[in-house]
Amino acid sequence: MARVEIRLSGEGGQGVILAGIILAEAAAIFDGKNAIQTQSYGPESRGGASKSEVVVDEGDIDYPEVRRPDILLALTQEACDKYASSLAPGGTLVTDETFVQSPPKVDGQVYSAGITKIAREKLGKEIVANIVALGVLVALTGVVSSEAIERAVLSRVPRGTEDLNRRALQEGFTAGETILHRV
Amino acid sequence: MSAEQSRVQLMQGNEACVEGALTAGCRFYAGYPITPSTEIAELMSERLPRLGGKFIQMEDEIGSMAAVIGASLGGLKAMTATSGPGFSLKQENIGFAALTEVPCVIVDVQRVGPSSGQPTSPAQGDVMQARWGTHGDHPAVVLCPWSVRETFDLTVRAFNLAEALRTPVILISDEVVAHMREKVVLPEPSELKVVDRPRPTVPPAAYKPYGPAPGDEGRDDYVPPMADFGSGYRYHVTGLFHGEDGFPTGDGEKSAALLRRINAKVEHRRADIVQVEREALDDAEVVVVAYGSTARSALRAVRDARAQGIKAGLLRLITLWPFADEAVREVAGRAKVLIVPEMNLGQMSREVERAAHGAARVVPVSRVDNELFTPDEILARIREEA
Amino acid sequence: MPDLQTYFRTEHMPTIWCAGCGHGIVLGAVLRAIDRLGLDKDRVAIVSGIGCASRAPGYLDFNTLHTTHGRALAFATGLKMARPELKVVAVVGDGDLAAIGGNHFIHAARRNIDIATVCFNNEIYGMTSGQYSPMTPTTKLATTAPYGNLERNFDLCELAKAAGATFVARGAAYYARTLSGLIEQAIKHKGFSLVEAVSQCPTYYGRRNKLGAGADMLEWQRTHAVTAEKATGLSREEMADRFIIGKLYEAEAPEYGEEYGKLIERLKGGR
Repeated sequence: MARVEIRLSGEGGQGVILAGIILAEAAAIFDGKNAIQTQSYGPESRGGASKSEVVVDEGDIDYPEVRRPDILLALTQEACDKYASSLAPGGTLVTDETFVQSPPKVDGQVYSAGITKIAREKLGKEIVANIVALGVLVALTGVVSSEAIERAVLSRVPRGTEDLNRRALQEGFTAGETILHRV
Repeated sequence: MSAEQSRVQLMQGNEACVEGALTAGCRFYAGYPITPSTEIAELMSERLPRLGGKFIQMEDEIGSMAAVIGASLGGLKAMTATSGPGFSLKQENIGFAALTEVPCVIVDVQRVGPSSGQPTSPAQGDVMQARWGTHGDHPAVVLCPWSVRETFDLTVRAFNLAEALRTPVILISDEVVAHMREKVVLPEPSELKVVDRPRPTVPPAAYKPYGPAPGDEGRDDYVPPMADFGSGYRYHVTGLFHGEDGFPTGDGEKSAALLRRINAKVEHRRADIVQVEREALDDAEVVVVAYGSTARSALRAVRDARAQGIKAGLLRLITLWPFADEAVREVAGRAKVLIVPEMNLGQMSREVERAAHGAARVVPVSRVDNELFTPDEILARIREEA
Repeated sequence: MPDLQTYFRTEHMPTIWCAGCGHGIVLGAVLRAIDRLGLDKDRVAIVSGIGCASRAPGYLDFNTLHTTHGRALAFATGLKMARPELKVVAVVGDGDLAAIGGNHFIHAARRNIDIATVCFNNEIYGMTSGQYSPMTPTTKLATTAPYGNLERNFDLCELAKAAGATFVARGAAYYARTLSGLIEQAIKHKGFSLVEAVSQCPTYYGRRNKLGAGADMLEWQRTHAVTAEKATGLSREEMADRFIIGKLYEAEAPEYGEEYGKLIERLKGGR
């Protein structure tokens, strides 16, 4: 697999930074690929828009930043509006339909999943929306293996929350697979 | 999980700096919070006491540089980390360490300046300050990593050089390298060479703190053995020019000998200190000379250029100071043009020009808008010059 | 009488100090204190900044460190943390400690790190030939206060106490024996201690302010220094140009280095 660029976007508090780190760890540690994670710092990291970027490559990674993401996750309408145009041609945009009412037209695939709604209603904890999102993303794109993402999630989340996060990831997988079957 | 796999980590540049320092034997850290270097202090405060080392958050940047020198005189390998504004404040005491030959490591994670500038954005505007920041003629050893793993390696090397040469060594990183998380497999401590400062072997009565070790007599570039304070060698350390006995002197010849020696001890070891990396240079006509995170964009650009049939290459400066005169001269002798992209208004490009001495055209390329160069920008310049 | 010669690096003398300067007397008081405490020379470090007083370490046969202006306590902090077994004595001037080094002073006091600080207070920048310091009294003349000093001076001892120092005393060159006793207590004290030693600079302060020669300035110290007990019986006006000598404050508080040592021990135990 050649270089894949992923941008996870949303707003402060939605856990996109952690999601990016987990995704990079899944690729680097558990799938044996190379990965780099970067994020925006400063005022941007407190509330408002938030983004976390990951580059995955089987070979070495020179330029560390994301230019045109092949995979874009948008958890808010604002993030979606801001970044949708940056999607690489033929890329994949995944939005959280809980907050993104009008996904824009892009040259690529657009998928919508009720990410935050699933976290809230099926898991009872909105805070795991980022993990649900990872499940959706992995099911839809296969950017990392499902085993790798599960191990990466479990090695990062606080002790005592493993079960909740495992279920969150599973719900994400299911939602993603459902979309694929529908398509 | 295989043994190799269990050692794979996703790590930030600043974290790798801490790991490198601890592996090199650093047991003292004094610092003051400043973005984008703060993670180094935070991690040191957690790790050092667990290793029997000491961490202190000083009242300011000046004090943290002073405390580092004090601790090093006490025999501990010591370091501090900062960013532009703090780096400016530390300069006087960096000069003190250079003149009194106290080994220590200073990490400068560059952000946009001058002044408070852009605290969370990358820049490379401190490279000349790292060379000439403190007043007077003084030696400078400055290492510049481009990756997380290299941040680890060069931090170890910074300590080794500081100890071997008895001089402050600066690790100059930037916000991109410091904050990105990258896959690394760190070497086992047994795979690394760790250097300790030369300590005196003569009895205290015969000890001259700034005199040559037995066997070094007659050299003009010797590194004097250094006794720990409290180890039975009572001696004097002063930021005034001093004789071999360590005491202040107004003697012009002795002053000149000291100044020349502290510079010569670095200058004469240039071949060991200067490191560069060469990529696709054999037949290169257009060579990009770059360092730090900019070199990553440059490498991508060079690869893309090659794919388009352009004879491009990359000379990456790993040691910024002493400057890689020889490597630049050699490349300039074979290439048509040297492109020097920097996240400043053109600092090292002047050195490249000096070293190239007209053998090749030097084209500085600047970016100062808070962003890392994209490979395409550099590729465009390569295509223009090809 | 102790043989103070054994503490001097006599080959580097005479000192740079002017005739009539009080610093030699203060330094003698430091050495007598060290002698009475019977400290091992190898276990003593003398750290200074920049200025007349800060040249003292060069004449002394200990581990000696002459640093940058104002930074003695910051260097001393690093050294003390690296070598807790060393007795660290900071020898500083009033400009060095109270102006450019003011921040390090209050924070070393706040941490209560075990450093004994002796401030040679001659109320002027002597090395640079007579500019006013934060200890120069209001209205006095200096090369940078040709019309009289407009600024108010510090009460260094009150400042130390407020910042958290756990031993604070003031002495004077004239009362050298008392001063030496105070320095002895300060070095013995575990924690941050300050002894303000009132000294005299006839060359750059006395002459300009018409205070006479060194002997006259010592005489002024004799007649204007009062003990704390005596001071309580004096009115505000009577105290106006007098100063209190003696131990002014002593308290027990956790010492920084010791606390750090405990942290290391605690972490070894895995807690």
